[in-house]
Amino acid sequence: MWRDNLRGIFYIALKDMKTYYLKPPAISWGIVFPITWILAFYLRNPGDFKELIPGLIAMTILFSSTSAEAVVINFELRVGTLERLLLAPISIGGILLGKVLGGVIFGFFMTTVVTIISVLVLKLNPNILFLILIILPSLFVFSSFGALLCVMVKEVFEAQTLLNLPRFLMVFLSGVVYPVSKMPVALQYFAYILPLTYTVEGLRKSFSGTPDRTLFLHTLILIFFLLLFIFPAVKLLSKKFE
Amino acid sequence: MGKNSKTVIKVENLTKRYGKILAVDHISFEVKEGEVFGFLGPNGAGKTTTIRMLTGLSRPTEGNASILGFDINSQILHIKKQIGVVPEISNLYDELSAMDNLIFMAQLYGVPRGERRQRAEELLRIFKLYERKNSPFRTFSRGMKRALTIAAGLIHNPKILFLDEPTVGLDVVAARSLRNLISNLRHQGITIFLTTHYLEEADLLCDRVAILVKGRILVIDTPSNLKTKTDKKTLEEAFMKITGLEPEILAIEKGK
Repeated sequence: MWRDNLRGIFYIALKDMKTYYLKPPAISWGIVFPITWILAFYLRNPGDFKELIPGLIAMTILFSSTSAEAVVINFELRVGTLERLLLAPISIGGILLGKVLGGVIFGFFMTTVVTIISVLVLKLNPNILFLILIILPSLFVFSSFGALLCVMVKEVFEAQTLLNLPRFLMVFLSGVVYPVSKMPVALQYFAYILPLTYTVEGLRKSFSGTPDRTLFLHTLILIFFLLLFIFPAVKLLSKKFE
Repeated sequence: MGKNSKTVIKVENLTKRYGKILAVDHISFEVKEGEVFGFLGPNGAGKTTTIRMLTGLSRPTEGNASILGFDINSQILHIKKQIGVVPEISNLYDELSAMDNLIFMAQLYGVPRGERRQRAEELLRIFKLYERKNSPFRTFSRGMKRALTIAAGLIHNPKILFLDEPTVGLDVVAARSLRNLISNLRHQGITIFLTTHYLEEADLLCDRVAILVKGRILVIDTPSNLKTKTDKKTLEEAFMKITGLEPEILAIEKGK
């Protein structure tokens, strides 16, 4: 049965890439939005731009991996195509992972493009292995986070609205623009319950030239967030079909 | 279907509650291999709920069922591999073409890579959709959508096909064409579990029918036996008598 699930996960992700990820919501949230932010920061202060790269890559990870979640889950629930998937020999967990993987692949592509351009243009020298150890789990975390929020509501517009609140909260409180260490202490505590903080800090360590071993701790924390989001998402989706 | 055909669907005391509402009330029945089994009843009788439980879309509150020897509660993935389901709503992907929809279904069901396109083309020809194989599903008429949804249900050569209201909303020609297709599937030895509002359709297609009212099965028999036992000429009249709807209909007719 695990083979059926793996096959299902792969083909659902592939189908979603074809069907949704080159459509307006994914393009606007996943591509245009991060690029606009990057340009805005560059134009504002080209001198300090290198410092902002980890935060901007983290933001690209966040927005690209969650850009089409509302459509791929809520829209399919409403029009009945998700039910069609449930008729196939795949578990509900497998279907959800397929949806999550679609977001991960799209996010990976976007993040890779942004990272490569940043590295080449700004002549940065990150540790590639460490970058992968942060980027990959982060993509899974935020795609699962998007999936969880989407299965909590019924309509596409509700999901989009619900997704925006934590996304923007994380952009401002996770050190994307303003370092967590310079924030008031109460906000620093809050920042450390947000997964994006670990992505930003992990990326900073990867770009710092002397990455330390706490980076592995960041990877483990991100995996913890992934489990924290994916299991309730599967449970909630199952409940919709009871 | 022979007298000694093996049982492929066995349902025992299957029950489904939604809060206080009893949608399906301890139903039991068996379906034999190669049989066309009709599940008839008015709106809200529990037909679709039963299909949803048998196909893994919903969990029973009580009771059990097995399909091809597999338990619906613990072995549903084994069952899903061997059944085809055509839901009441044609729910394929609007953005994908007819061919891409069928190939995607073939991928999900594990049809070998080398056979997917050939199988899809074969089904598109059978359902007279080959000329439109590259058109998106959303551009299809209701009848064509229905036909493609049935084709999708057959892509993996299932042993049992569940058809939920297959001809609802279709015009006379499309409905007739679809009935012919169902009849052909039966000749290929596929067991068919059919729910329908159209009793004439059930009379034409079904070997046996179960009549379901308010979640309970009132009777299971062949259409001809039901007509004989109720002393009626059509299955529709027999259905009215069995379900107790006959006096209501007579009252409406008198009111005219």
